[in-house]
Amino acid sequence: MEVGQMQRRLVDYTKTLFMEGFLDAQFLQLQQLQDESNPDFVVEVVSLFFDDSEKLLNDLSMALDQPNVDFKKVDAHVHQLKGSSSSIGAQRVKNACIAFRNFCEEQNIDATLRCLQQVKHEYYLVKNKLETLLRLEQQIVAAGGSIPATEMGF
Amino acid sequence: MKSKAKHYSRIKCQQWGSPVYYISFLLFKTKFHPVSGILLEMAVNGAVTWLRRAGEMDGYGLSASDTEEVHVLAVDDSQVDRKVIERLLKITSCKVTAVDSGRRALQFLGLDDEKEASNGFDGLKVDLIITDYCMPGMTGYELLKKVKESSVFREIPVVIMSSENVITRIDRCLEEGAEDFIVKPVKLSDVKRIIDCMMTDLREGGGGRRGINKRKLRDDGEDRSSSSPPSTLSSSSSSTAPCSPTTVDSPTRRLKMTSFEEHVFSNKK
Repeated sequence: MEVGQMQRRLVDYTKTLFMEGFLDAQFLQLQQLQDESNPDFVVEVVSLFFDDSEKLLNDLSMALDQPNVDFKKVDAHVHQLKGSSSSIGAQRVKNACIAFRNFCEEQNIDATLRCLQQVKHEYYLVKNKLETLLRLEQQIVAAGGSIPATEMGF
Repeated sequence: MKSKAKHYSRIKCQQWGSPVYYISFLLFKTKFHPVSGILLEMAVNGAVTWLRRAGEMDGYGLSASDTEEVHVLAVDDSQVDRKVIERLLKITSCKVTAVDSGRRALQFLGLDDEKEASNGFDGLKVDLIITDYCMPGMTGYELLKKVKESSVFREIPVVIMSSENVITRIDRCLEEGAEDFIVKPVKLSDVKRIIDCMMTDLREGGGGRRGINKRKLRDDGEDRSSSSPPSTLSSSSSSTAPCSPTTVDSPTRRLKMTSFEEHVFSNKK
């Protein structure tokens, strides 16, 4: 596949991620912070997000598995996950966290367990999407092309 | 010789070095050459032009007289957020030290152990502190208080970042002396605004800012609890510094910017 085709594929793919709500404007911000002096910025931030999230999801599973659930602790973990997902523009994860926190407040164990499943589901979805997106970018750069800026003029 | 001179002039410009140094270097080089004075003159003229041009291109956002970078101490327990804020600040031409807790921030300033930093502590001068509000251990609010209670560091502007857009929280921070309050996620426009405000403030000698006015109230021995609550969010800002309208608007402006379209259109190139 030649570079032009790859670039078009990347642009289309990125657009669908925005339209389907996986990513929001904050992700655009991150892309704008990447340049020749910092060509791996987005990859680095996204990797940190993956590391953070996986640890938090583990902590959440453990915290909700206790005989006496400490909802304050659960809420603290969800707050952190909401923060980092918001900072990279992972909109659906962020929204799932907001719902999660509401049920933590109610100390509703069944609902919070369902929320955890929902957050995990959204996280793995966006992880998959982001990995695909970043792989497409890598392929373009490897083929000597440049990553087209995301134009959201629709 | 020409390419070496160009390289040398570039280095010198970054340090605002004296052209005299450069010219004497050239003179030394040509002294032993059987080359006419014309070549030397051309080279010197060329060098002066390079120096001038490089000087003009230098320092985006900073005034010509201030070639020292703004040093920002960024405090956030989230590594994702630390990475983002660090990049945002670097892109705004700031020097950044990022730490993961209020405790470490105080250590960096030399304020831990409840000991005041010695006056000879100028190697790590901090021009601005930008801190997350919600942190385990010491919150950003507690860090703000410690900084403002210190006679050595209370003049350092402190900006609070938070994902929660709670008016009472914002008010509390501003009352405690915070310069501004940014609602997360932090964008480049937020950081640019903060830095621009700071630079304006420095150029104007720090007068007229509501923050400094509040601190002055304390210096005059007024009881802190009786000082008027900050009317920054609701009152008109016509009496304060030029950049404060945006500062006043900042939390409320972010409240409006919730729809995706607004973000998109503001990000459009």
